[in-house]
Amino acid sequence: MAETMEIKIFRYRPEVEKEPMFQSYEVPFREDWVVLDAINYIKDEIDGTLSYRWSCRMGVCGSCGMMINDIPKLSCAVFLKEYYPKKICLEPLTGFPVERDLIFEMDDFLTKLEEIKPYIIRHEGEEKALEEGVYLQTPAELAHYKQYSMCINCMLCYAACPIYSIDSTFIGPAAIALSQRYNLDSRDQGRDSRQDIIGSHAGIWDCTFVGECSTVCPKDVDPAAAIQRAKVSSTIDWFKEVLIPWGKKK
Amino acid sequence: MSPYQKPFPNNWWLKRMPYFLFIIRELTSVFVAGYCLFLLVLIYKLGQGPEAYGSLIKSLTSSTSIVLHVIALVFVLYHAITWFNLTPKILVIYKGQDRIPQWLVAGSVYVGWIVVSAVIAWLVVGT
Ligand code: FES
Repeated sequence: MAETMEIKIFRYRPEVEKEPMFQSYEVPFREDWVVLDAINYIKDEIDGTLSYRWSCRMGVCGSCGMMINDIPKLSCAVFLKEYYPKKICLEPLTGFPVERDLIFEMDDFLTKLEEIKPYIIRHEGEEKALEEGVYLQTPAELAHYKQYSMCINCMLCYAACPIYSIDSTFIGPAAIALSQRYNLDSRDQGRDSRQDIIGSHAGIWDCTFVGECSTVCPKDVDPAAAIQRAKVSSTIDWFKEVLIPWGKKK
Repeated sequence: MSPYQKPFPNNWWLKRMPYFLFIIRELTSVFVAGYCLFLLVLIYKLGQGPEAYGSLIKSLTSSTSIVLHVIALVFVLYHAITWFNLTPKILVIYKGQDRIPQWLVAGSVYVGWIVVSAVIAWLVVGT
């Protein structure tokens, strides 16, 4: 008989059950299947009521993140064979309100992402007109922020961050890393307009450098480092403002 | 239909090793601060004269004091090493167009540590 594997999945259907529960499914074990393939198999062959998000199946869209045996991972990027013959337990990403089964609410993250202004900002009057062409940048200038631009907004870093689970006002790893992505971009002049949020208590100063955000990041963005670097820049700002008489005053 | 908020248990830091190690790293600060206080007391006693200082030094030879010192040493070492290893993440230095490699940043912190420790050891033991 073909080998099979047990997958236990967090179920929450607000119109059916008040409290969530777990449901187990038996799926065929295949060497070349990722966890997402097994979930798709359950949805297609066993239980069509299961809800979850996915799209690209190749670690690009960032929509298939879930807790896999308690660790936030992209379900399209982990193979069943990494767990076989043990069971797999799937839950929605920690720290977010659950809408249904493995689907969680991401509004909070999207609001925060918008707040840090993730786009190039130029001083008034310093924008190039369209006919003047693009802003040029050397490969070395690109290297300063490229790592942070790899973020796919999968929110695994939020699920790994105990601070965010304890206090959801924390701006969080990805949003701060993305603010660094623009702050370190030679074409951008918007750091000051992001600083009010980034330099606030709910911004970088809420972070205690647990570091798990960077461990779980599937794109090696290293948000923990981005946050600590932003702390260094903010501290330098403070020294300039307070200690140097001719320093930049607010 | 309201979304379900999963409770976040207070013992979250016991659930996974990296979280546990993080909490231990935070806890080591207490030992670092405690030892700073102890050094201040040592200086204070020194200011009070040879007798006061001598009796404090004598009390340090008790087994309780030695055990406490060993515990403090282990925690302070853990504190120093974990932070030294994190330093290259925070200190991103460029030389011209190239980023100084992380091992070099961490390495120079360790070298600094060894040099300072050697100087202190020389002052205490060698002179
Ligand atoms: S399905 Fe797109 S990242 Fe997994």
